[in-house]
Amino acid sequence: MSAVLDHPANQPSGGIISPERDGKYTVLAKTNSNGEVDGDLLEVSMGPHHPSTHGVFRMDVVLDGERIVKLKPVCGYLHRNHEKIAENVTYLGSIPYTDRLDYMCSMTNNWAYALSVEMLAGLCAPERAQYIRVITAEFTRLINHVCLVGFLAQDMGALGTPLMYAFREREKILDLFEALSGSRMMCNYMRFGGCRVDLSSGWIEEANHIVDRFPAFLDEYENLLTGNEILIARTQGVGVLKPDLAISASVTGPMLRACGVNYDIRKVDNYGIYDRFEFKIPLGSHGDVYDRYMVRLLEMRESLKILKCALRDIPEGPIMDPNAKIRNFKPKPGEAYGRIEGPKGELGFYLISDGGPNPYRYRVRPPSLINLTILEDMCLGQTVADSVAILGSVDIVLGEVDR
Amino acid sequence: MLGEGIIKGMAETAKNFFGSYTSAHRLTTVQYPEERIPPKQNARNFPFLVFDNDEPESGLRCVACKICEKECPPQCIYIVMERDEKGKPKKHPKVFDIDISVCMSCQICVEVCPFEAIKMDTEFELSDADRYERLLLTKDRLSKPNTYYHKIHSVEASEVDFRLAEEKAKAEEKARAKAAASSKSTVPAQPAAA
Repeated sequence: MSAVLDHPANQPSGGIISPERDGKYTVLAKTNSNGEVDGDLLEVSMGPHHPSTHGVFRMDVVLDGERIVKLKPVCGYLHRNHEKIAENVTYLGSIPYTDRLDYMCSMTNNWAYALSVEMLAGLCAPERAQYIRVITAEFTRLINHVCLVGFLAQDMGALGTPLMYAFREREKILDLFEALSGSRMMCNYMRFGGCRVDLSSGWIEEANHIVDRFPAFLDEYENLLTGNEILIARTQGVGVLKPDLAISASVTGPMLRACGVNYDIRKVDNYGIYDRFEFKIPLGSHGDVYDRYMVRLLEMRESLKILKCALRDIPEGPIMDPNAKIRNFKPKPGEAYGRIEGPKGELGFYLISDGGPNPYRYRVRPPSLINLTILEDMCLGQTVADSVAILGSVDIVLGEVDR
Repeated sequence: MLGEGIIKGMAETAKNFFGSYTSAHRLTTVQYPEERIPPKQNARNFPFLVFDNDEPESGLRCVACKICEKECPPQCIYIVMERDEKGKPKKHPKVFDIDISVCMSCQICVEVCPFEAIKMDTEFELSDADRYERLLLTKDRLSKPNTYYHKIHSVEASEVDFRLAEEKAKAEEKARAKAAASSKSTVPAQPAAA
């Protein structure tokens, strides 16, 4: 709590404050009593249809020359009433809607929702289903991180090449998902108490093949980007986020770990069967855009380790809890909060049941939106071009931000 | 050396460019529509209704129970049950419409159907200039034979056929047992009447 109060942006100084690399803050421009900025400042509306904003997102930036002195994120352009719709359809009926939250990672969304309903209804997925969930979730993490790095590079002007390489690899994993669930992106795969269909024959071999080939691609990707002087100049020391601010703003996921905070729900909460796998949590130290980029690249390598073990150890057996019901599913009254480590951060679903066929209250804890709340703190004092890189490194999907 | 990273990256791009002439895994583009990837076994797009024995009307498995209509998350299914002159419901849909401009291909209708009557199609080239009439699939456009289902999802369709045959055999067994029981109960009644 004290970290919030100590933050200079919360002091009644009447100025707009910018964080410096060494942790000191400087006042860049004065505001009048109405909070309007004085002087020769330029207010620019970036977005909502801007290629760098990853969808329909708008930033109202106030510029002093090329420096940002104020930034207001404006979201809600993709609001689809997800939570209210979910309160009016059956528990089963919201699973396809959760696919459309963060449309890059539908499998993890499914899992988070299925987990919270399982907690509510007292179901437990059998062993094989748990393995399938881990495998699909880690593949989803690969998809998300590889694309994020591609998009980040594209935001910084590397038009095409890195993103196309990322998409080439993503395509292979999407083919796997299609063979498994029938759909490439809107998988709608997990069910309360298990998974919808079993792995088809040959799926594990195909998955193993992709996992074996992936490190070579990551090496290629790192050769292409990591040492690149332009990328280093554009990312190192840009958009620094301090660990205390990150914690008090409840930032999660790779964003938080890039600040050096060791917090991964796979380790902390041990949901599913993650305690059976050996993997490390990559941590950054500066909390700048470069660290966020590197943390994601390293996380992909750790995901590959988990995948290798899971694909090796997956047992035979049922994939659905025998107590699970498809029709007339009515959990007893109560509340539950299920959370998982999504590729973007802590993804949680909070449900209240009144014993009816649809939830009384349904709430999503979207990592994208909560990570986005500190955008201004990271952008102050940076240039407009940097703000694009910073936004890219936050890793947002507007479907989840606006819901 | 300044610029080393850039040169290294360029070398990687060059490797990919020239590699695309020799190795297949670097050349991923499929020249659609001339070339096509065969659809996956589980692939799904929009629902269709299965009918048996080449009888699109009487062979429909659908009994108009309206479970799918109720469960459909975007509410894109519309069913009216067929009734005879007295208003008694027949186990047959009079109207079965799916608005595929609303459908989100979630296949929940398939999962909840107790009669294996609705399944997912793999056809995806459905674009049309008329967004109202042509995208509202009526019963005649939705009905497809079981042989078609076997063609697109062979494994799943065989499982379904097996399950249905099993159920049918069980039902016949039950009916026979019932008939036998009722005939047995009438046998001792006859001498008593005589």
